[in-house]
Amino acid sequence: MAKPEDLRLDHVASLARIALTPDEKVRFATQLGDVLAYVAQLNEVDVSGVEPTAHAFPVVNVWAQDIAEPGLSVEDALRNAPEKRDNMFVVPKVVE
Amino acid sequence: MSEELCHSTIADLSRLLDRGGVSAVELMRAVIARTKEVDGRVGAFNSFDEADALAQAAASDERRSRSRTAGSGAPGRPLEGIPIGLKDVIAVAGQPLTASSRMLEHFVSPYDATVTRKLRDAGAICWGRLNLDEFAMGSSTENSAFRTTSNPWDLERVPGGSSGGSAAAVAAGEAIAALGSDTGGSIRQPAALCNVVGMKPTYGRVSRYGLIAFASSLDQIGPFARSVEDAACLLSAISGHDRRDSTSVDLGVPDYGAGMAALAQSGRKWRLGIPKEYFGAGLDPEVGAAVQAAIDEYRRLGCEIREVSLPHTKYAVGAYYIIATAECSSNLARYDGVRYGHRSRDATDAIDIYFKTRAEGFGPEVKRRIILGTYVLSSGYYDAFYLRAQKVRTLIRRDFLEAYKDVDAIVTPTSPTPAFRKGEKAANPLAMYLNDIYTIGVNLAGLPGISIPCGFTRGGLPIGLQVIGQPFRETELLAVAAAYEKVTDWRMRRPPL
Amino acid sequence: MTYEAVIGLEVHVQLKTRSKMFTRVAAGYGHPENTLTDPVVLALPGTLPVMNKEALDKIVRAGLLLGCEIAPECKWDRKNYFYPDSPKNYQISQYDQPLCRGGFVEIELPGPARNIMGEHRRIALTRIHLEEDVGKLSHGEGASLVDFNRAGTPLMEIVSEPVIHSADEAFAYLTALKAVMIYGGISDCDMEKGQLRCDANISIRPAGDAALGTKVELKNLNSFSFVRDGIAHEVRRQVAVVGSGGKVVQETRDYDGQTGESKSLRSKEMAHDYRYFPDPDLMPVRVDEAWKESIRTGCPELPFDKQRRLQKEYGVPYTITSVLVPDRALSDFFEEAARLCGRPQAAGNWIANDLLRELGAAKLELAQSRVTPRHVAELVVLVETGAILSNAAKEVFIDMFQTGDLPDAVVARKGLRAETNPDELERWCSDAIAANPKSVADFKSGKESAINAFKGPVMRAAKGKADPKRVDETLRRLLAG
Repeated sequence: MAKPEDLRLDHVASLARIALTPDEKVRFATQLGDVLAYVAQLNEVDVSGVEPTAHAFPVVNVWAQDIAEPGLSVEDALRNAPEKRDNMFVVPKVVE
Repeated sequence: MSEELCHSTIADLSRLLDRGGVSAVELMRAVIARTKEVDGRVGAFNSFDEADALAQAAASDERRSRSRTAGSGAPGRPLEGIPIGLKDVIAVAGQPLTASSRMLEHFVSPYDATVTRKLRDAGAICWGRLNLDEFAMGSSTENSAFRTTSNPWDLERVPGGSSGGSAAAVAAGEAIAALGSDTGGSIRQPAALCNVVGMKPTYGRVSRYGLIAFASSLDQIGPFARSVEDAACLLSAISGHDRRDSTSVDLGVPDYGAGMAALAQSGRKWRLGIPKEYFGAGLDPEVGAAVQAAIDEYRRLGCEIREVSLPHTKYAVGAYYIIATAECSSNLARYDGVRYGHRSRDATDAIDIYFKTRAEGFGPEVKRRIILGTYVLSSGYYDAFYLRAQKVRTLIRRDFLEAYKDVDAIVTPTSPTPAFRKGEKAANPLAMYLNDIYTIGVNLAGLPGISIPCGFTRGGLPIGLQVIGQPFRETELLAVAAAYEKVTDWRMRRPPL
Repeated sequence: MTYEAVIGLEVHVQLKTRSKMFTRVAAGYGHPENTLTDPVVLALPGTLPVMNKEALDKIVRAGLLLGCEIAPECKWDRKNYFYPDSPKNYQISQYDQPLCRGGFVEIELPGPARNIMGEHRRIALTRIHLEEDVGKLSHGEGASLVDFNRAGTPLMEIVSEPVIHSADEAFAYLTALKAVMIYGGISDCDMEKGQLRCDANISIRPAGDAALGTKVELKNLNSFSFVRDGIAHEVRRQVAVVGSGGKVVQETRDYDGQTGESKSLRSKEMAHDYRYFPDPDLMPVRVDEAWKESIRTGCPELPFDKQRRLQKEYGVPYTITSVLVPDRALSDFFEEAARLCGRPQAAGNWIANDLLRELGAAKLELAQSRVTPRHVAELVVLVETGAILSNAAKEVFIDMFQTGDLPDAVVARKGLRAETNPDELERWCSDAIAANPKSVADFKSGKESAINAFKGPVMRAAKGKADPKRVDETLRRLLAG
């Protein structure tokens, strides 16, 4: 398991799309370092041959039949939009 | 009289409403009055819609009078006209849904969560938006972006969390019962700290559709109430398979109240397991003593007490914080200011908008967890963290299932300490995480668990007893809890507000 | 030095379902913006995905038709990345457990001439998996606009092995793949509607080398011919780069079909780290034998199998089957017409030539055609029995295409039944000969073409309803007499 100092805070925050203040960087590095040091004890556990648990009670083939149902009106769809135009959501220009 | 109504159980109020001793509107008015009186001090609510609540109550009275006219003479439905508070992560159509986050401060849900619809179908009144730690991340409700809820038993202390608003509202008489969500103890721990009953059902028992996701494989909605019977009543109303939640389990829903009563009648002697790992260092002596006294009480009731071992307990918090943060890093990616929610005014392009919106919209604990979760899933680290944690999860699950070969239920403290002071652990996330040490295993294993009042510290702070049941056997779990509740009166005490 | 191109294609195919992949609001194309959404599509707080059974059936069917191994069990993963067209900022996809592995697409390379069948080859597939489509971004004044109608549409990704070696092969691969998708009712594969989208991974290596060169991903190949032209252009570009002593850089390039040029996409985006992990909101899929069998039972004959059968059973030539077979409905139409009239070749000619020409001119789909297999079959019978003449038959066809009347009715209404009274024909021919002694003399002196001088008057007298062959015979007999 990685060591706490491997956190690469700038890289990870950028993957998570969160701008951190210099102060947050300092605090988070310490706090998350503590947490990572704590979770490092999982390395003690012998997990060889153990299947991972993704679901506590897995069942298979949980699906719905393909029947179209009414959705939201365009007004409801856009009701919470921070910015809208021509029945669409507006975002700052995407640079391709 | 009015305050008395506010501290009554669902069971008593339901009989009173049936008899015509009070109307749903009168009851609702009493609850509103009580809320206005105390919530300035308690801070359980993010918001409430008085007019909407009264309209729901009037509609309930209307339904009741119609069924009276129809002359069925049958007793009304148990939740008809009862105000139920909802944690502000459960969607109610036309009402705010904030998760106590700046990110969703002005968001109004266009749809009902499945549990909301079920409550409406049962005739209950959906009452208010109850405070929580932002996006349910925390154990004190201090992480709310809007207010810190106070513990009604000591306003200087936290009510626990993340469903602190739900626990405090029920304890303070601001709701007759409430719904919360529990990912690592977020129902049971605040219930313990506020002297109410709080239950996390088996994972999959209650639909998560319309519950703002924190960690999808661990989250479960459950009731807060003033008695085990009331919790059973709410659980019956909200349980069941939902075609909108692929993880909700397609099993019939028993009448938990009736099932529980039948088991009590049968005089069944339960075999209860005491896991030695839950009574070690870190357990407050007063809490330990109260829990030991509760175990003795069970023994007196004729239950068989056995020591059991859950050897992987010490790894539960570690596994939990990897799995929960990984899932939350992905679940919270949708809060980007594009379709709804907060959007930074300073963003210059479509990438910048994410960084600034999320920096401004999320509080520090949410950011920490998203970053931790992003890290544990990032390239090269997945196997070491996430996959390993999921394997440890398997071992923790096995521990419980192994123990259930010998016992019917497991009895533990809910929280290692009673309510702590506001700010006490705010600067130390790890100390806060360790507060969930007794509740987290239940989520990892997907089991049902309940916290019931089991005493007070000398300083007058409530202590909770956790009973952990077997998968989908909530009836037995409730019966075990009710057996203790019946011979004690801790739940009857009211906070000195 | 000669170079060999090595190409792998990633094809995204939208599945033809009523509702979306993980929620039940309608899926569709061409609706007003943001009218095909629901709380799940918009990723509103608290929403959860539920699989669409029909989409699973369709990918299983695609896998079976393409000879893939169907995974007995597979799971769903989240692919995490931020983009404004992605409502959850993760896409539900299948990372390390695709539903289908292996398999192949049978393709036909261009023949030496249009009417000669080309060589057939099998292009091996790596995998097919299921995921969900994203919304649509359009770029306006100083801002971008997002429409989420397309978001959540079931999308199948079909990945080929890097075993395609030319632009023509890539074109043939897409053509064949599209035909299989349409046959299976899996997708309509209309590229204009974005129902089929193609990215190409292209590299070159010295002919005979086994190692792969540096690959370039070519995007925005949004028509079949752009795929062909874009790949050809990229291969030429890479050969030129290497030929002038340069090195091919690993990158993504955008091909502009209008200008025929490509440019590097130097994305602001940092290196991708998709942080795949199993989606905790969805349960695994288990495909048992019974399920596979039920899908297999409903699988149609593959296009090339059908082509081989039509050629063998009906004796229809390649020139016709190559037109009929790519369109399942058209080939079914043909089989029905052939069965009704017992004259497959004639029926095939009418359908492949006249019907398609008229549909094209009228901009109609086969499904909208008023001409049915019965119309074609009855028309074939009228011609074969000599009841109408071939030029009249053409007129009948156009008429019934417009009116939907059966051939008999058209013939009766228009009086097009062939003139078969031999006495009358004899008289018209005698009259024509009598009226033109010069041509009689020319013919008798050996000028064969002089006979044509009599045919015009005869046909005029017959108002066009005389069979030219019989006119010719009669004239020769009379002139010889």
